Amino acid sequence: MNKVFKKPDALTDKIFSYCSGCGHGIIHRLIAELLDEMDLTSKAIGVAPVGCAVTAYDFFKCDFCEAAHGRAAAVATGIKRAKPDAFVFAYQGDGDLAAIGLAETIHAANRGEQITVIFVNNSVYGMTGGQMAPTTLKDQKTTTTPLGRNVLTEGWPLKMAEIIATLEAPSYVVRCSVAGPKEILDARKHLKKAFRIQTEKKGYSFIEFLSMCPTNMGLSPLESLNWIKQNLTSYFPLGIYKDRYPEV
Amino acid sequence: MKNKLLMKGNEAMAEAAIIAGCRCYFGYPITPQNEVPAYMSKRMPEVGGVFIQSESEISAINMVFGAAAVGARVMTSSSSPGISLKQEGLSYIAGAHLPCVIANVQRAGPGLGGIGPAQGDYFQAVKGGGHGDYHMIVLAPSSVQETADLTVEAFDLADIYRIAVMILSDAVVGQTSEPVVLPSPSSKVLPKKDWILTGAKDRPPRIIRSYFTNEKEIFQNNELLQQKYRRIKNEVTARCEEFMCDDAEVIITGYGTSGRLAKSVAVNLRKQNIKVGVLRPVFLWPFPEERFFYYSSKGKKFLVVEMSYGQMLEDVRLSVAEKTTVEFYGTSGGYLPDEDKIKDIVIRMVKNE
Repeated sequence: MNKVFKKPDALTDKIFSYCSGCGHGIIHRLIAELLDEMDLTSKAIGVAPVGCAVTAYDFFKCDFCEAAHGRAAAVATGIKRAKPDAFVFAYQGDGDLAAIGLAETIHAANRGEQITVIFVNNSVYGMTGGQMAPTTLKDQKTTTTPLGRNVLTEGWPLKMAEIIATLEAPSYVVRCSVAGPKEILDARKHLKKAFRIQTEKKGYSFIEFLSMCPTNMGLSPLESLNWIKQNLTSYFPLGIYKDRYPEV
Repeated sequence: MKNKLLMKGNEAMAEAAIIAGCRCYFGYPITPQNEVPAYMSKRMPEVGGVFIQSESEISAINMVFGAAAVGARVMTSSSSPGISLKQEGLSYIAGAHLPCVIANVQRAGPGLGGIGPAQGDYFQAVKGGGHGDYHMIVLAPSSVQETADLTVEAFDLADIYRIAVMILSDAVVGQTSEPVVLPSPSSKVLPKKDWILTGAKDRPPRIIRSYFTNEKEIFQNNELLQQKYRRIKNEVTARCEEFMCDDAEVIITGYGTSGRLAKSVAVNLRKQNIKVGVLRPVFLWPFPEERFFYYSSKGKKFLVVEMSYGQMLEDVRLSVAEKTTVEFYGTSGGYLPDEDKIKDIVIRMVKNE
């Protein structure tokens, strides 16, 4: 019998520690599939965030480095500059990348570091129990915005892909989603391109994934998919925000 | 014979780092250490190394973290307020057992303080300024020559013990120009870096981390750190400069600029036949406890001089024999200790007043 679907080789046998319906597992799988397909596992160094994916290193068969909360882009910079032949990707959530680590995020992008930054935007702090994230939507309820996010006092959700696309240096900036099969297949193409930008030494690539956190949204996994399609995607439109190398 | 060059302490430190094989430098401007990044920005490209002026000290120390994780000899430098910002990173570096060198060219604090020389960061450097139970090896130069020599040694110590080594300088040592003979590269045989991230080719993946999800592993990592610190205390001689201590009745002790000042006071007092010596710790962690105990058990009194209000003083008190007289004189805020005051105190101590 022909095996047509299997666990990517780049994933370990460890069972994902994520909640049911969480998007991290899908994004991990996409990364692992491409590490296999592009033969990158043996030269990859991942940088793990602080957040739900803090132990991402348990799930991949490539080398991994921890980073303090928000500092993944700086740690990835140090790795890539000291070891330019490594394939370096940072994996970060919204609190990590867009709140505490905003300076590191912007400046690594602005220097055009030859790294790939994978940004998982699920609109809440997952690991600490559902607090407001920099990407929490207007009026969205969280444990620290019990009446909903008031943009007059809490500000507006940060559009990271758009912000990074305003910089000169980045080569590829894209927002995609994992809220449905079509979106996932599309996201895979974008991730592959983001990886190729690095393997072909064409600079900095940034890929934002709109992702689900049913646990902290108080929704069923299915409802959370719909919530992303109906709400998150309206404020954070999917698409390519910058592409300096359309031919890649 | 090697030529003598006229260099600032900060420049000599930077060149010595290059000699030691440092090929990655990450830093952020702050006075009085700006000569270090300026020098590195010119020299690193010449030797095929990496220089980044980072967006913050926080970012710089995390770039250090990344470069150390892939095996580079890496350093950063800053001055007191900037070193405060690096404390998070230093705690992670300790927890992840990463080797690196950090220079603190101390200025006056607290807060933004001032750019004059001070030694108010002793506690932060020696007792662990970040969270958790950890130490750095701390070296305290008092001259341009010693800055250069200790910098080469710092990189070896870092690699041997997989530990952060801090060079605790100050605005005087960093800014003074003096003749210096640049050190030679070390010929020390170092342990193989069989733990670094190189890509998991033909071996299981490696992880650099300080985070553990179960208590047993956190406990084990802490035990590992403490074993390392005990090993350092056993294997590394915590050096001191000892000047005319044997027949001294009073020993002045201070590190860095204070130690150098103490020596000039002692030289003058000896001309008046006052029996005074100087014990200047070059290592602040591990602290040269044994030398303090040795001299105190011979009945000598101590005068601790610092450009702070009594920080190293605590380690001196912990090291000396019971009933030893330990007096203190300190100043801060950018002022150097007053030599006449040191003399007066020593004379009073000798006379048992």
